[in-house]
Amino acid sequence: MDATELARWQFGITTVYHFLFVPITIGLSFLVAGMQTAWMRTGDDKWLKLTKFYGKLFLINFAMGVVTGIVQEFQFGMNWSVYSRFVGDIFGAPLAMEALLAFFLESTFLGLWIFGWERLPKKIHLACIWIVAIGTVLSAAFILAANSWMQHPVGYKINPERGRAELTDFMAVLTNKVALITIPHTIAGAFMTAGALVAAVAMWHLVRRPGKDTAAFRGAVKLGSWTTLISMAALLVTGDIQGKIMTEVQPMKMAAAEALYQTEQPAPFSLFTIGTLDGSRPVWSLDVPGVLSFLATGSFDGRVQGINDLQAAYVQQFGPGRYMPNIPVTYWTFRLMIGTGVVAAILALWALWSIRKGRAPEPGRRSTRFLMWGMIALPLLPLAANSFGWIFTEMGRQPWIVFSQMKTAVAASPAVSSGDVITSLIVYTLLYGALAVVEVGLLLHFARAGLPDVSSPAPTEPDEDRPLAFAY
Amino acid sequence: MELSTVWFLLIALLFVGYFVLEGFDFGVGMLLPVLGRDERERRVMINTIGPVWDGNEVWLITAGGAMFAAFPEWYASVFSGFYLPLLLILLALILRGVAFEYRGKRNDPVWRRRWDRCIVFGSFVPAVLWGVAFANIVRGVPLDADHDYIGGFFTLLNPYALLGGLTTLALFLTHGAVFIALKTVGDIRQRANRLAERLGIAAVLAAALFLGLTLARRATTPALILAVLAALCLVGGLIANRLPSRDDPQGRREGWAFAGTAAAIALAVASLFADLYPFVLPSTVDPVTNSLTVANASSTPYTLKIMTWVAVIFTPLVLLYQGWTYWVFRKRIGTQHIPEELVTPQPATR
Repeated sequence: MDATELARWQFGITTVYHFLFVPITIGLSFLVAGMQTAWMRTGDDKWLKLTKFYGKLFLINFAMGVVTGIVQEFQFGMNWSVYSRFVGDIFGAPLAMEALLAFFLESTFLGLWIFGWERLPKKIHLACIWIVAIGTVLSAAFILAANSWMQHPVGYKINPERGRAELTDFMAVLTNKVALITIPHTIAGAFMTAGALVAAVAMWHLVRRPGKDTAAFRGAVKLGSWTTLISMAALLVTGDIQGKIMTEVQPMKMAAAEALYQTEQPAPFSLFTIGTLDGSRPVWSLDVPGVLSFLATGSFDGRVQGINDLQAAYVQQFGPGRYMPNIPVTYWTFRLMIGTGVVAAILALWALWSIRKGRAPEPGRRSTRFLMWGMIALPLLPLAANSFGWIFTEMGRQPWIVFSQMKTAVAASPAVSSGDVITSLIVYTLLYGALAVVEVGLLLHFARAGLPDVSSPAPTEPDEDRPLAFAY
Repeated sequence: MELSTVWFLLIALLFVGYFVLEGFDFGVGMLLPVLGRDERERRVMINTIGPVWDGNEVWLITAGGAMFAAFPEWYASVFSGFYLPLLLILLALILRGVAFEYRGKRNDPVWRRRWDRCIVFGSFVPAVLWGVAFANIVRGVPLDADHDYIGGFFTLLNPYALLGGLTTLALFLTHGAVFIALKTVGDIRQRANRLAERLGIAAVLAAALFLGLTLARRATTPALILAVLAALCLVGGLIANRLPSRDDPQGRREGWAFAGTAAAIALAVASLFADLYPFVLPSTVDPVTNSLTVANASSTPYTLKIMTWVAVIFTPLVLLYQGWTYWVFRKRIGTQHIPEELVTPQPATR
């Protein structure tokens, strides 16, 4: 493997890993803020307990998101210096703004929230977690605007003398139509992930520790499941719009999503294919007629361009070369993204059904055992869906790093040898692997531990020497 | 003033902020096994920076983002050229960040000892390597005509750069010791003060030698003035560190001492940037054509204009709310503030 190939693997591994923590951070910050708000409004201690319980899971996750995020920012310069020089005038600004506008908010106010229990006035303390939540969304918006520019460059011109893309309209970059639909889609994915986590952990307690904090955990199952279901609806709507925009700006990606080699009208959507997906006749496939046409054009009778026609057109436009992504990867990740998401929504519905009208899943019953397996899968499925979605959208852009402007093959750092990249790839993989074990161990430990005791007596000692409400 | 110069100054400011703020929390991290004699004291130390270290680190992320946006060529050449040192820094920052958050989550001495090692390693490595990196930036590195780095890993470890690393190490250790003295009560405060006295001497010597060598290579008037001021502030801070506090016979003038070390770090970093200007990364090979300067590394005036507006509006806001955090957590802490249940070993929960 050459340095570029290794750098791509590194980007894929570190980004997918980073994005396991990001959606939980985004979604859970809002859900925890909501729980704390519910406590302030109702005065019901169950919400305070839930705030602290899920708050702890949130913090364990947040730390990983932060530290793996630093790698992301450094990586562009370290592994992709040619790319960085080419796009810096455009791509750098949203990154810098993300740090200045969002990261400072998140980290500073999270510090205040963690250490501010009983030290800040209650309303200000609550405002801190809401500010963190807003920070997470701002951050997502900036970074997705940057990514969307790579999918669909806008608001720029090429300066041939400097050999780079130069910004001509910053608003166009921020309001890129790809960004405007990718942002809600990604945020909805984040809410689904966090909702699934909240519901699954709560359900586990309802079944395994019946009678303990039942009211609180019932509340959490409902909150989490409804969040998951509403997010699923939002994902379907935004995903549908995204498909149409993608067909317009990156038709090759849409064709690759279906492994549609020949232009068809109407085009079917195959749920499953046995075969090589290399354009030869598949051994077997389960097709739903017209659905790809609908996804791509909004009409069940729409014409969808095939890979071969697009390839020919791109050769005309950009010169000789292969302009199709890795088709089996795009085909399967697209299906798995949708499939894992839908199964997660079904599981959330099942969770809601099992506690309907004050009922509870009876321990020992077979259906309850299945439900428990479902609950273990529930938070993992949206995480997988997020990863599949990113792999699809990034792999689907290939061979371009900036669609129509720069190929991935020329973008890596000339100053960096394969040996350097192998070294860092090994370091990250080992480190991330070890941290994953630790992180999951801690999450499980605190998820099992159950709700904390919040009935501490009001402090009577002088304020000065009272132990910290929260200490590292 | 040209916008590219404004951004050179802003990036200098971001690094000044980063080294002043994370400087002391690197110091606290490195001194953990030195000043923290038992679990309670180590907890006190970690909690002095607990609410703020993450916000401090964002100064680095912002500085990196600003380099990318305002000087893409600079960002690309430095980050790809300093590949292995940056990898080490990233490894260190990852372990350190996770360690702060996770170390207290289990009441298990082995678990905590492991994370303590991560905190020490994670604070030591960047404290040295940032000095090495900046010394190399000021000194210049071999660049080709495309501004790509053509040296190896060991090119970066030249004696001058290593002295730079030693300087930041000594400065951050001193700064950290003074910070602990400023933020704690009791025995640990006195030990921190005494340690700062000794560390301070090392810091003065290293900084004087390093800045002297820097200016001997290429001295500009602003760089010279800033370096002299840095030295004065450091000496002033160390004098304050020896003066008894007026209201507490056990303490010293820690506030002034901290102001002194903070100002010294700020001025020393500013002096390096002043010495660098108008270059951002000089080349030791064909310096005239291959060097990166504020002019040939910068983004377009349009991008810089937008960024300037954003920076003008939001930087003061950030300073305001970060300053507020320091105000909220201004009180000194001591071993009595550490909750009992976090220290006494408890039977395993499972």
